[in-house]
Amino acid sequence: MKESIKEKQKKGMMRDIIFLGIAIVIAIILISLFPDKREVITTSSWEFFIEMIWILPAVMVLMGLFSVWVSKEVVINYLGESSGIKGIFLAIFLGALPTGPLYIAFPVAAVLIKKGAKISNIIIFLSSWACIKIPQEMIELKFLGLKFMVLRLILTIIFVVIMGLSIEKIIEWTDKTKMEAARDNAGI
Amino acid sequence: MNVTAIFINVFTCGCLIFSFLKDRKKTKQSLLGAAKSFIRILPIVFIIIIFIGLLLGFVPQTQISKIAGEQAGFWGILLIALLGAIMHIPSLIAFPLAASLLKNGASITAVAAFITTLTMIGTITLPLEIKELGKKVALLRNGISFIIAIIIALIMGVIL
Repeated sequence: MKESIKEKQKKGMMRDIIFLGIAIVIAIILISLFPDKREVITTSSWEFFIEMIWILPAVMVLMGLFSVWVSKEVVINYLGESSGIKGIFLAIFLGALPTGPLYIAFPVAAVLIKKGAKISNIIIFLSSWACIKIPQEMIELKFLGLKFMVLRLILTIIFVVIMGLSIEKIIEWTDKTKMEAARDNAGI
Repeated sequence: MNVTAIFINVFTCGCLIFSFLKDRKKTKQSLLGAAKSFIRILPIVFIIIIFIGLLLGFVPQTQISKIAGEQAGFWGILLIALLGAIMHIPSLIAFPLAASLLKNGASITAVAAFITTLTMIGTITLPLEIKELGKKVALLRNGISFIIAIIIALIMGVIL
């Protein structure tokens, strides 16, 4: 299983490098065709490069630290047993910790379902993992400003909680109607 | 270098020192992981940087604002949200792209819709999500996420 993830990462890396090569070639062709655009292109690319290089290493270190200190087991233990408002907050908080890409969260969520955690908390946890990640918020703050970042964060939290609770209701409701349908069928 | 960048770096250094004092081995391990993921993300960083340069160089502001600006209307937002849902760019790198679009004529609503669907919805990871969580949960989560992303974006457009 681990081997296959490594293989996939290698393949992904190769694909990215090939795309980068293509992008560089396209850029060179376009710049040589339109030499008057050269300055705009190089200065805006350079500006973004500088901005990224100031924060990206720090963000990566932060994510590395948290993925080592906050293990899957910790998340599963805390989230598996909590419910109510506390569960919701924990789901948001544990999801927001900087610990790697979304595909790592799915197996964690699957274990949580088996452990009997609430569907709403699992949905909130996953969504928080996907879009309320702390390093992500930091970069959003840097590039889009405080107002944009805070407002989007607040709205996202509100709607993610609503979504978690309604998906739980939908699942309960469909399970119930399915059971009733089965009973009706059995009656006939 | 601005305040946010300084804050992020200082915060990270603090965490690093704390971690180092608590457990050297774990800290080393996490730094190694950080270096690996940094190298892994670099090609995409450069692709996006080149893309931003070309975008600003060749696509005039009027064009950007026509597609993603105030006059784009609801269908424009829907299209951009769909684009965000399908595309697979690491969110960390999507923010500079979003910022450059915003500076060059895209509306707040369009940018918010793009970022929110991009981060919340994973079409590439959907098969894995279905496998781990079942079809119902996975499809509901991604489907409702799309709707709330648009609602969030519209509210942001009204407020900001």
